[in-house]
Amino acid sequence: MSVLIGHYNYWIVIFLMMAGLYVVIAQGNLVKKIVGLNIFQASVFILFISMGKIEGGTAPIVKEGMSLYSNPLPHVLILTAIVVGVATTALALALVVRINEAYRSVEEDEIHEQDQSF
Amino acid sequence: MRPPIQPHNLVLRIAAKMLIPPILMFALYVQFHGETGPGGGFQAGVIFAAAFILYALVFGIGLARAVATERLLRVLASLGMLLYITVGLASLFSGANFLDYDVLAQERMEGQHLGIFLTELSIGMTVAAVMIMIFFAFAERGVRP
Amino acid sequence: MITQHLPVLQVIVPLLTAPLCLLAQNRRFAWGASLAASGTAFLIAALLLAQTLEQGIISYELGGWSTPWGIEYRVDTVNAFVLLIVTAISSAVLVFAQRSVTREILSTRIPVFYAVYMLCLAGLLGIAVTGDVFNLFVFMEISALSSYTLIALSEQRRALTAAYQYLFMGTIGATFILIGIGLLYMMTGTLNMHDLSQRLPAVTATRTVETAFAFLTVGISIKIALVPLHLWLPNAYAYAPSVVSAFIAATATKVAFYVLLRFLFTIFGVSFAFKTMPLNLIFIVLALAAMFAGSIAAIFQDNIKRLLAYSSIAQIGYMILGISFASVTGLTAAILHLFNHALMKGALFLALGCVVYRLGMANMKQMRGLGRRMPWTMAAFALGGLSLIGVPLTVGFISKWYLVAGALERGWWPLAVAVLVASLLSLVYVWRVIEAAYFQAPLPAHNDETGEAPLSMLLPTWALILANFYFGIDTSLTVGVASSAAQQLLGVSE
Repeated sequence: MSVLIGHYNYWIVIFLMMAGLYVVIAQGNLVKKIVGLNIFQASVFILFISMGKIEGGTAPIVKEGMSLYSNPLPHVLILTAIVVGVATTALALALVVRINEAYRSVEEDEIHEQDQSF
Repeated sequence: MRPPIQPHNLVLRIAAKMLIPPILMFALYVQFHGETGPGGGFQAGVIFAAAFILYALVFGIGLARAVATERLLRVLASLGMLLYITVGLASLFSGANFLDYDVLAQERMEGQHLGIFLTELSIGMTVAAVMIMIFFAFAERGVRP
Repeated sequence: MITQHLPVLQVIVPLLTAPLCLLAQNRRFAWGASLAASGTAFLIAALLLAQTLEQGIISYELGGWSTPWGIEYRVDTVNAFVLLIVTAISSAVLVFAQRSVTREILSTRIPVFYAVYMLCLAGLLGIAVTGDVFNLFVFMEISALSSYTLIALSEQRRALTAAYQYLFMGTIGATFILIGIGLLYMMTGTLNMHDLSQRLPAVTATRTVETAFAFLTVGISIKIALVPLHLWLPNAYAYAPSVVSAFIAATATKVAFYVLLRFLFTIFGVSFAFKTMPLNLIFIVLALAAMFAGSIAAIFQDNIKRLLAYSSIAQIGYMILGISFASVTGLTAAILHLFNHALMKGALFLALGCVVYRLGMANMKQMRGLGRRMPWTMAAFALGGLSLIGVPLTVGFISKWYLVAGALERGWWPLAVAVLVASLLSLVYVWRVIEAAYFQAPLPAHNDETGEAPLSMLLPTWALILANFYFGIDTSLTVGVASSAAQQLLGVSE
C-alpha cells in the first residue's frame, strides 16, 4: 500500500509518460503529435521536481527563520529543460506550418500517400 | 492607421489596454528579482513577449509590427547572446576562468551581482526578442487566397 | 594564457560567430566568418589533442566553481580525438559550402544557414568537451535542434517531413537521456561525470540505477541510429542539402557514439555495463542486424544519398560490434572506425554534393556515364567507395582489421566472418554506382553540357579522400590515439 500512496508522484509520472508516448505514436494528426510530445516532456519535469522536494522543506528561496529548503538543483535543471522543450515545440510547429503549405494537409496518412516518405 | 472602434470586442480592447502596461512592468520586476523570488531572464522574457502578443492578438498585427520590426528583433536577439558571451570573455581576459563573476568588480559579492545581472539581462533580451519573432513568424504566414 | 582556456574557447568560438552571422545578414561575411571560426576550432582541437597526449586529462572549471559542484570541461584522449575529427570535417565542408549552398538553399536564407551551422558545430563540440552530464544534455539539444533546422532549409518538401520525423525521434531520445540523468542524480546527488563514476559503484545494485542505465542506452541508441531505432536516418540524410548531409553524416552519429562510450565506460564502468547488464549480447545482435540490414537495404536504393545513408547504418553496426567485445582491441576498433567512417562518409557525401551541384539530383539514372563527364568527382567517389569496402591502403581496411582482430582475440570466429561478409555486401552497392558511372552510356535526356564541379568544391572532396589514404598508410596517429583512448576508457573503470 505504501508503494501506491507514498510514491504517488511516480505513478503520475508513469501515467503521463505513457499517455504522451501513446499520443505521439498513435495520433495521425501532426499537431496532436506535438501535444503528445509536450505531455511526455511534462512528465519528465514532474519526475525531476517531485524528486527534489524534501519533507518539511520550504521553497528553495533564502528566507529568514527557515532552515530546511527543498533541493534547488532540480528546479534549475528543469528550467533549462523547459526552455529546450519550448524551442522544440516552436520548431515542430514551424515545420508543421511549412508541411501544411507544401502538402495542403496535416494528416500523416495523407502526406504519406503523397510521397511515401514517412 | 488606428483600427476602427468596433462594439463587439470593446471589452477585450479596454481590458487589453489596461493590462499591457502592468504586464510589461511585471516582466521587468520578474527580471530583476530572480534572487529573492521565482524569476530570472527566461521567465521575464516570456512575460515581456506576452504583452506584445496580447496587443497583436487584440488590435491586429499592423501597429505591433511597426514597433517590433524584424530588424530590431533580430538585432536584440543577437546582441543578447553577444552580451552573454562578452561577460564570459571579460572574466577570461581578467585572468580567471570563463564566466567567473568574482573578477568583474572590486569585491567578490559585487562581482557576482554584476555578473548575474548582466547575464540575466542578456537572456531576458534574447528570449523576449525570439518569442516575439516566433509569434510574428507564425502570424504573418498569412491567409491563403 | 590562452592555452589554459582552450577547452572553453573550443565551444565559444563557433558560438560567438552565430549571432555575428545573424547580425550581418551578408552571405560572404557569413561564409567567411564561419570558415574562420571552424578553422580556429580545428587549431584549438589539434592543440588540445597535443596537450592531452602530453599532460593527461585536462580539467577546466567553468565560472571558477570547483568540481564537483560546478560545471567542468574535461578533455582526455577520446574527447580530443572526437573534437579533432568534428572540426576537421566541419572546415572541409565549409570550404565546399560556399558554392554548394547557392544552388540548394534560398539565397535570403543563406546567412541564417551559416548561423545555424555554427550553432550546430558549437553544440557538437560542447558535447565532446564537457564533463557534466546535464551540460551534455543541453549541448545535445542545441546540436539536435540546429540539425533539424539545417535539414529543413532544403528546397525539397520531403526534407520537411524528414526533419519532422527526426525531430520526434531525436526529442524522445533526448528525453530518455534526461530521465536517465535524473535517476542517476537521484541515486548519487551529483551531475559531474568523474564524480558519478566514483559514486555509482556503491549503488549499482539498485533497480533505479539499472533503469537509468536502460533509459540512457535506449536514448543514446536513438541518437546513434542503431537498428531498430534508425528510421529517421535515411530520409534525413537523403533530402537535406548536400552540405548538411555531409556535415551531419560525418559528425552527428559519431558524437552520439562518443556519448555512449562516455556513459558505458567512464560513468557506469565495464563490469556493470557488460557483466551485470546483458549489454554484450544485445549489442552483438543489434550490430549484426545493423550490418546486414543496412548493407542489404543499400543495395536496392535508387537515390544515391539514401544508399549512403543505409550504408552509414551498417557502419554504425561495426562500431557497436567493436564496443561489444569490451576489450582494448575491440574498443580501439570502434574508436578508429569513428574517425575513419567520418572521413569516408564525409568524402563520399561531398563527392555527391558535386554531382548534385551540377545535375540537381543524385539518382542511379543520373549516374550513368558520369565517369566521363565529371572525371574528378567520380574518381573521388570511386576511391571513397574503396575505402568503404575496406580495401588495403585505405582507412576502412584499418578499422576492419582491428575489428576482425578483436573478434578473433575473443575466439568468436562467426563474428569475424560476419564482418567480412558485410564488407562483401558493401562491395555490391559500391559497384552498382561505379558500374553506372563508368560502364554505362548516359541516357539521352541527361547527355547535356554539364562539366566538372568547381575547384572550391573539388578541393575539399579530394582533401578528405587523400586523408583516407594517408591515414590508411601511416596509421601511427590514429591507431596510437585510438588505442591510448581505449586503454584510458577501460582503465578508468577498473
